[in-house]
Amino acid sequence: MGAKTLYDKLWEAHRVREDADGTALIYIDRHLVHEVTSPQAFEGLRLAGRTLWRRDSVLAVPDHNVPTTQRSDGVAGIADPVARIQVETLDRNCTDFAITEFHMDDARQGIVHVIGPEQGATLPGMTVVCGDSHTSTHGAFGALAFGIGTSEVEHVLATQCLIQKKSKNMQVRVEGEIGTGVTAKDLVLAIIGAIGTAGGTGYAIEFAGSAIEALSLEGRMTVCNMAIEAGARAGMIAVDQKTIDYIEGRPFAPTGAQWDAAVNYWRTLVSDEGAEFDRVVTLDAERIQPQVTWGTSPEMVVAITGVVPDPETETDSVKQSGMRKALDYMRLMPGTPITDIHLDRVFIGSCTNSRIEDLRAAASVADGRKVAANIKQAMVVPGSGLVKRQAEAEGLDRIFIEAGFEWREPGCSMCLAMNADRLEPGERCASTSNRNFEGRQGAGGRTHLVGPAMAAAAAVAGHFIDIRELDEPG
Amino acid sequence: MEKFSVLNGLVAPLDRPNVDTDAIIPKQYLKSVKRTGFGPNLFDDWRYLDPGEPGQDHSQRRLNPDFVLNQPRYAGAQILLGRENFGCGSSREHAVWALEDAGFRVVIAASFADIFFNNCFKNGVLPIVLDAEIMDRLFAEVEAREGYRLKVDLEAQTLTTPAGEVIGFEVDEFRKYCLLNGLDDIGLTLQHVDEIRAYEQRRRKEAPWLFEAG
Ligand code: SF4
Repeated sequence: MGAKTLYDKLWEAHRVREDADGTALIYIDRHLVHEVTSPQAFEGLRLAGRTLWRRDSVLAVPDHNVPTTQRSDGVAGIADPVARIQVETLDRNCTDFAITEFHMDDARQGIVHVIGPEQGATLPGMTVVCGDSHTSTHGAFGALAFGIGTSEVEHVLATQCLIQKKSKNMQVRVEGEIGTGVTAKDLVLAIIGAIGTAGGTGYAIEFAGSAIEALSLEGRMTVCNMAIEAGARAGMIAVDQKTIDYIEGRPFAPTGAQWDAAVNYWRTLVSDEGAEFDRVVTLDAERIQPQVTWGTSPEMVVAITGVVPDPETETDSVKQSGMRKALDYMRLMPGTPITDIHLDRVFIGSCTNSRIEDLRAAASVADGRKVAANIKQAMVVPGSGLVKRQAEAEGLDRIFIEAGFEWREPGCSMCLAMNADRLEPGERCASTSNRNFEGRQGAGGRTHLVGPAMAAAAAVAGHFIDIRELDEPG
Repeated sequence: MEKFSVLNGLVAPLDRPNVDTDAIIPKQYLKSVKRTGFGPNLFDDWRYLDPGEPGQDHSQRRLNPDFVLNQPRYAGAQILLGRENFGCGSSREHAVWALEDAGFRVVIAASFADIFFNNCFKNGVLPIVLDAEIMDRLFAEVEAREGYRLKVDLEAQTLTTPAGEVIGFEVDEFRKYCLLNGLDDIGLTLQHVDEIRAYEQRRRKEAPWLFEAG
């Protein structure tokens, strides 16, 4: 047989059947469930008198709606009655269908895309789905992972399968060494800036090249997390020794003879030499600088050393009017240096950047410094209870608190502002999340996406600042 | 799912690229555990001048006169025109539920985000992709003529303009079949129970760890 891409291999291993027109039935190994996109799916199941196909494939956690302040009252402590009903509904559905759920007061609770890998519930070679577009995160483990809508959540609950057609193969190569102060977040923002938010539509993207290989699994998750912001439902990275080391010993990971067999199989989860991609994009890692978004779409991004672009220089009229609308919403003038943009709030968290490595990076900037006076709030929201515990064991919480950051309980928080954490109209925020859409962090709020160290640096400076030029504290 | 065959509907233009699902239905409405009732909050941030919360009487809110869909000439529209990358962002099916609840059965755009595109078909909403040039022309025609309607024929895969021009469009055969017949995907998949079981048996031998975790 010919050389295959990683995506080809994952696709073929999960194909239950395929019709002549390419419509296939794909088997799902892991189904992650959260409170927002599942209630209507469980209700549909009940109304049709259907049962769950494979209970042990499902893992549930409330994350989008949970408060990040004190949690000791559990679900009853959610002040917003509508949100409380949603979390209660998840609890009830999981009880009724005997699904494993990490409840709000469980130390393992956290953002669904943080806890899957943390628990070893995400494994190489799996198909992983969740009613959430950032499911692409799990592709960092050499898994085929993608977000689905609620009808598909119901479909997987009832049949363990999805009806799909194969996507095209795209490879994004980042070659060379990234510079000091440049992180996985900057890589992926630069990739999106290069290919556009629809550049990956219809493709499954494999990220490859020496700069990607050099990333930790945390960094790889950050990259795959934002594949969807480039339009690709799935992003993935080949398995290597780092992948295997990360998984070993995690609660849901195989052990003993099963572990050995699994590792043998996982090592095959790479694109073969000479495998063909429908599209290949190559970036030079050395040219990538810390990135900041200036607009209302993740592709509206520039280097920290740059300026807000001028719509007049855009030749495509649709793009030009999109830029004008974005600048109007963001209240920015073309030509403004990015470092002149002052902020009201800073948010460090979300499934893009809330893992231990992210918190360490932010803490190393916060250490010995103070949040600037013009910053109304700088918030750190760990991705899970276990990340929080680890950070506290390392003393990161003290560093943040002493610098004037708030240290919160885990959840999605101000990434999408479904709970009480949100921007007020007109407020400007440096955020480590993944979407700078209008109103994403609160109606009228203005979001600039950055990496965790850049967010912490913006908090202490009060405006964006090149992390590479930060003075010594004191 | 409601069947779709032919629709002769009023067309409304939404002339901006990258219309994301956060804009289509803002997050505060996703707290609902129902599939219906999202219509009044379609494009909520653009449509109203005051902020909205679930459970509010939305008929009492201040409409934004500058938002195109608030213009009386587009009241009752069933077909929405969009630009590139329509429906990008989150997987929330609530975006399609909101469009459907507000009366839209067809969205025509230069391109769609994958998950949104897929979610449309699951809810009897037809997403149609047309070339950017044809989109430019449709936008111009709709704006120039009040009461502009298109006839959408799924079986024939055509759009007919008021001037009688016929524009063809592509649609996946399987999805077309499901939409024309109002078929439920789950029911279709469950016709293959034996194949799914056989796959599981085979896979359990090859990769047993996938069946024994948690
Ligand atoms: S952190 Fe943000 S992007 Fe990630 S799952 Fe939660 S809401 Fe979605």
